[in-house]
Amino acid sequence: MIPAAFEYHRPSDVAGALSLLSTHGDDARVLAGGHSLIPMMKLRMASVEHLVDLQDVAELKGISVADGHVTLGAMVTQHSLIESAELAEAAPIVREAALQIADPQVRYMGTVGGNVANGDPGNDMPGLMQCLDARFTLQGPNGSREVAARAYYEAAYFTARADDEILTQISFAVPVGGYAYEKQKRKVGDYATAACGVVLAKEGALCTSASVAMTNLADVPVWSEAAGAALVGTDCGPEAVKTAVAAAVADIDPAEDNRGPVAFKRHVAGIIIGRAISRAWSRA
Amino acid sequence: MGKQIYKMTVNGQVKEVMAEPRELLIYVLREKLDLTGPHVGCETSHCGACTVEMNGMSVKSCTVFAAQADGAEITTIEGLGDPDGLHVLQEAFKEHHGLQCGYCTPGMITRAHRLLQENPNPTEVEVRMGIAGNLCRCTGYQNIVKSILAAAAQINAAKEAAE
Repeated sequence: MIPAAFEYHRPSDVAGALSLLSTHGDDARVLAGGHSLIPMMKLRMASVEHLVDLQDVAELKGISVADGHVTLGAMVTQHSLIESAELAEAAPIVREAALQIADPQVRYMGTVGGNVANGDPGNDMPGLMQCLDARFTLQGPNGSREVAARAYYEAAYFTARADDEILTQISFAVPVGGYAYEKQKRKVGDYATAACGVVLAKEGALCTSASVAMTNLADVPVWSEAAGAALVGTDCGPEAVKTAVAAAVADIDPAEDNRGPVAFKRHVAGIIIGRAISRAWSRA
Repeated sequence: MGKQIYKMTVNGQVKEVMAEPRELLIYVLREKLDLTGPHVGCETSHCGACTVEMNGMSVKSCTVFAAQADGAEITTIEGLGDPDGLHVLQEAFKEHHGLQCGYCTPGMITRAHRLLQENPNPTEVEVRMGIAGNLCRCTGYQNIVKSILAAAAQINAAKEAAE
């Protein structure tokens, strides 16, 4: 399992990386932690002539929480997300989700930017970032632009990012209220059979806002506006959860694969979504 | 890109190796530096047999290119102990039957070593979560967990005695 030969580049800043992408066009790919791209290169499903390793780009490695906003550099590893005390305080759902990704070794290398950028429907961070209504910063030769996580994914491995752009940063408002990221997987390290992130706010006995997003239940992450709307104004009791789950399941489009047939995935999704809502409510 | 000279500090010694960027770190270690402790298991970043420490992280060296490791500090099982002076973890695995065939053991111990650096007093659950990226087909994990907990206790006792 040796990949095809490539030229290796290790720029020290974003400008250097962008210039390599401009020079080499779609023959170049950036490498973050490599735990999606390297396996694809080993299988020769991805061919890369110029590999642009971002490991020395220090400006992409910061976590900051300020003025009610969380900002994550693209090269922040899952391990760093888990270890960050200020992130655990501001947005514990990120830690909860990161702990369910792969295994410890993969989490030391795997990055949040790589996880959201490449558009693998199995990755957990895209669904989570849709749940949090995050914005992605894309830097290209003509400057930078922001794209909402909810508008970034077009199809499996197809995203709003152009070949000469690098996803450099993820930002979202500090979520309020209760949260949960629930994931059903066959074994440690597997992608989700079904996963769901929920954040919701409570005032008195009633839910005042809710966001529900799902992972690996379509060829893109699915944010279910209808599921959130079904919870607002309710006490998130069994009837309300049932209605919201039905709305969420109506929005998914799972495909049959080695994790099971479509009917099974819809069944598992319903259970996981219901659990995520109930747990988020219990923490609100 | 043809062969390059890469410099890495392996088990405390600066080494220079000639390798193509695409070569995997596990093969650089095994075939160019004769460090055959880390094993090739699945070669797909699932099994953890190739686990080494790189820049303070446990990594699966089958999923790291030689070029990425240029300039890195690497520790393999050979850097932890040797037959005349076993590491506490190696002693504990021997004592508590933490291995049978031994194929996963270098990866297990290298990973456990990093885990105990970060969490010197783990619970049983934390040990199980901490070695979730290392597969063993012999032991059923019970004795591996026991070995790591025993090593942690011993290291902590030695630290206390020294204070």
